[in-house]
Parts: sequence; C-alpha cells; structure tokens
Amino acid sequence: MALVLSAEQQAIANGVRGEGAAMAMRIVAATARLMGAPSLIPIASAHIDGALYHGDSGTLFAEKLALGGGKVAVRATLNVGSLDLTGCSNNRLPTRERGMARRMMDAYRTLGCEPSWTCAPYQAGHRPALGSDVAWGESNAVVFCNSVLGAHTNRYGDFLDIACAISGFAPYYGLHRPENRRATVVFDVSGLDPAFLGSEVAWPILGSLYGREIGDAVGVVAGIAAHPGEDALKAFGAASASAGAVGLFHVAGVTPEAPVLATALHHQPPQAVIKVTAEMIADSRRRLSTAHDMDRIDAVAIGSPHLSIAEFDRLEALIGKRKLKLTLYACTGRHTLAALEKNGRREALEAAGVVIVADTCVVVTPILPDIAGAVLMTNSGKFAHYAPGNTGYGVIYGSMAECVESAVLGRPIFEAAA
Amino acid sequence: MKAEILVAGQPTEAPALVLTAPISFWGGVNPKTGLIADVRHPQHGVSISGKVLCLPGTIGSSSAAAVLLELVSAGLAPAALVLHEPDAILLLGLIVAQEMGHVTPMALRLDRAKFGEFVDTKLAIGSDGSITPS
Repeated sequence: MALVLSAEQQAIANGVRGEGAAMAMRIVAATARLMGAPSLIPIASAHIDGALYHGDSGTLFAEKLALGGGKVAVRATLNVGSLDLTGCSNNRLPTRERGMARRMMDAYRTLGCEPSWTCAPYQAGHRPALGSDVAWGESNAVVFCNSVLGAHTNRYGDFLDIACAISGFAPYYGLHRPENRRATVVFDVSGLDPAFLGSEVAWPILGSLYGREIGDAVGVVAGIAAHPGEDALKAFGAASASAGAVGLFHVAGVTPEAPVLATALHHQPPQAVIKVTAEMIADSRRRLSTAHDMDRIDAVAIGSPHLSIAEFDRLEALIGKRKLKLTLYACTGRHTLAALEKNGRREALEAAGVVIVADTCVVVTPILPDIAGAVLMTNSGKFAHYAPGNTGYGVIYGSMAECVESAVLGRPIFEAAA
Repeated sequence: MKAEILVAGQPTEAPALVLTAPISFWGGVNPKTGLIADVRHPQHGVSISGKVLCLPGTIGSSSAAAVLLELVSAGLAPAALVLHEPDAILLLGLIVAQEMGHVTPMALRLDRAKFGEFVDTKLAIGSDGSITPS
C-alpha cells in the first residue's frame, strides 16, 4: 500500500514551514514507507530520547534541524542527556565529548523541547490521555505510556521521535492501530507463590522473563490479585523492554485496556499461554547477575527508570540513621530532585553516602569509577541488563533492601529484612 | 536469491556474519569499535564492521539508530544489513545518515530461515537486492 500524504503534510515536506520541518517530514514519510503505513496521523505529544550523546553525528543532526528553523509542533519532553546539569554528580566524559554532549542538549532546547531530562516523564507530569496518539521514545517510557496510561505509541527511536514532534505527525501503523493492541499471549503467574508476587523483586524479575519469552508480541499478565502500584509496573515494563522488544503489555484487572482478561484478548482465544513456574523465576533471577564472584561489590546503583519520590521514601527508611560504606548512586529526574531539596532530604541522603544522579544515569554516561573487574549491585532489571556492556561492571542483582544493606556493610548481603 | 530492499544503498561484496540471537545495537554494539559488546550475546567480541550482517531479530533500546548512524559516519558500519523483518528503530539510522549526506549500506529483508546457508560464506549484494554467494 503506497503512502498517501495530505495536502498539509506535502506542503510541510515541500518546505512551507522551513527546511528543518521539511527534513523532519521527509524522515517521517520515509519511515512510513519502510513500515508500509498508508498515511500519517496527527500526534498529541512526544517524548524525545535523542538527546543522549552517542557520538558527534547525533549532535550534528539536531543542529541541522535547529539551523533549518525546526520547532516542535506539540509538547515534547526530553529523556536523559549525557550530563548532569544540576551538578549533583560528576562525570568522567573527556572535555571534547562533554562539549559535544552539551551542544546536543542545547540544540534540543532550541528545537523547543522541555528540559525534563528524565526517563520517567510519566511521573514528571507528562501523562497523555487514554487512547490519544503520541510519539514517544525510550523503551521504558514507551511501554509505560502504552500499557499503563493507555495512550497509543510505537517504539520511536532516536531521530524519528524529534522528526514526529517537529512535523506533528507519525506513521499510522503498529500500536497506533487498535486491532494491533490485542494480547495474543497469556503470561499466567497464578501458579507462583503469593509471597514472591508481593515482594519488591517480583516485578523486575517477571519483566525480564516476560521480555525474553514474549519478544515483540503483545501479551497479558494473568493471575495478579491486586494493583501492584505504579512503580512496580514501571520496573516490569523497563525490564521487559530491555530483555525483549516489548512495546505494550496488559495486566488483567490492572491496566486500562484489560479490565478483565477477555478484554485484553479482544474476546479471541490466545495463540499461546505461558504458565510461569517457580523454576522459570529462579532462572530469570540468576540471569540478572553476571558477576562470577558474589562476595565483592564496588558500588550500588538504583533508579532505572528514574526514582519516584515514593522510592526515595523507601530508600530513606531502609538507610535510617546509618552511613554507607560504599557509594549508592540514586538516579532520578530534576522533578524529584526539586521535591528532595525542599526539606533538606537531599543533604541528609548525601551525608549518608548517597550520590544523587539527576538528568542522566550511570549506564548512559561514565559516572561510576573506572575500576578493573568492578562489580555493581542493583535492584533494576534494566541496569542489570545494560551495565555490563555500557560500563564494564559485572552485576549482582538484589532487592532495594539488599542493595542498601550491602552498601552499608560494604559487601553483598542477601535476604536482608524487607 | 533476491531479497526485498528496505533501504537503498551501496551494493557490496563481503563476508556474512549470521547472528544466532537478537541484538540491541545500543548497549550491544560499541559505536567506537563496531564490536559486539553485550556479554550475554553468543557473538560477544565479534566485529560487525564490513560484514553482511544477518539479524534474526532486534531488541531493546530505542537508541539503536543513533549507534548505527555513528557507525556509518565513523566508517565502521556493516557492509549490508539483512533483517528478518523491517525495524524502524534501527533503520532510521540509515535514513538519517542519507539526510546527513553519508553513503550508506543497503538494508534487505529476508526470511531468517535462509540465514543458515550464509554461515562462513562471502556474499555479493546487488543493487537490485540479489544475494549471491561468492
């Protein structure tokens, strides 16, 4: 099916809104043709993952759009950059790269994007309406937006996210089409121990397993008795989207498109049912750790996706009045940092040995100390997935309680009091 | 055999690299070296640069295109990409590279069941999407 552009869309491609918007429209149209989309649809908002520095070409791309007079046509929040502009944490990026990363962040501001610098924009006031079409990037933000908010987005990669935001349109295919949001696989957790399902490691471990099992299909989790809370769904989505190509999941009785199981299945029989067993959970948990030596850690990191205020409440309760022997990096957005700064909470955390990392995080830019053979402990399925490739650190996976006890005592501690 | 052209680009002749597991370019491929950096990937440590890269699937981060653009501009890109199905997130890297004035490798679509024939072979990729062992 050939792509048909409306008169307005064709005019933008022809330069009526300037060369920046024309380039953006060309990129959107080329993608639509690649994916076989018949048309473009207007979008209500965008979340932009493109402002993270991977090399000079990304900076030059954003500057080319800005030089062409490009401006976002809809609300566009920014995902993390490579620099902590709040000054909370230090970064080992060499001077030249730091300069290019800063130029990139500045170019996206020039394009009219909001300096939210967070991978959890949905907890920073950007929550598109149920059923609205949006163009979101960053795998965890995409999956949360689709699954928990029920807005419609594909997994927008770097460049396409800003191209959609500037043109105001997106290719009509994939998860924008209601019929493609039907769950075809049931991920049945009803056979698992309720004590495990109620524990804080349940959702990252389940998410990691779900991502590997489901790949890019749409699935529905069945057998959950009560809403696990937004932070649990955030952790599940992030882990699933880093282990697989998950863009949308449903949880029967919890997420908006799955009031009951049959609704998520669009009242059709599933193509597959995965009965999750205790052995699968144990295997999934083991796979999150890569370190050979479980007796040593060099640092602890939490906050992927970025920590909410509720998660900082829990962190403070777990630390209590104690001091940490090892640095605990707590990654968050400036929306949460502003709240921590109101009552001296930031100072207290830092005095205990926490390093708050804002605007960025420890797996996308070199913040962790450069130590040969180092090991990172984390409670994040996403950090566990990406830390070895991006930071060189081996990983030991544990709950937030285990992470805090380990940071306090300076060695890995498991089965700490929850 | 002939494959569907997903993104037009340079014809080539190069050794095939058939990945045996899906890969996330971001975090999975080092943009400065072209080496597979994901320690859990079966081909960890192998270079994708200058190869006809056969991808059974792609996973993970939405920054894959940025890594591919960086590889193209650094001269470290694969010689061609053969995908089981079109992946907008990854192939955007080629579309943008063309907007930025770079010469890009071709991206083709082919059923991954055919990838097995390519192991340890050298492949010629024609501008019409033909794939010929050489």
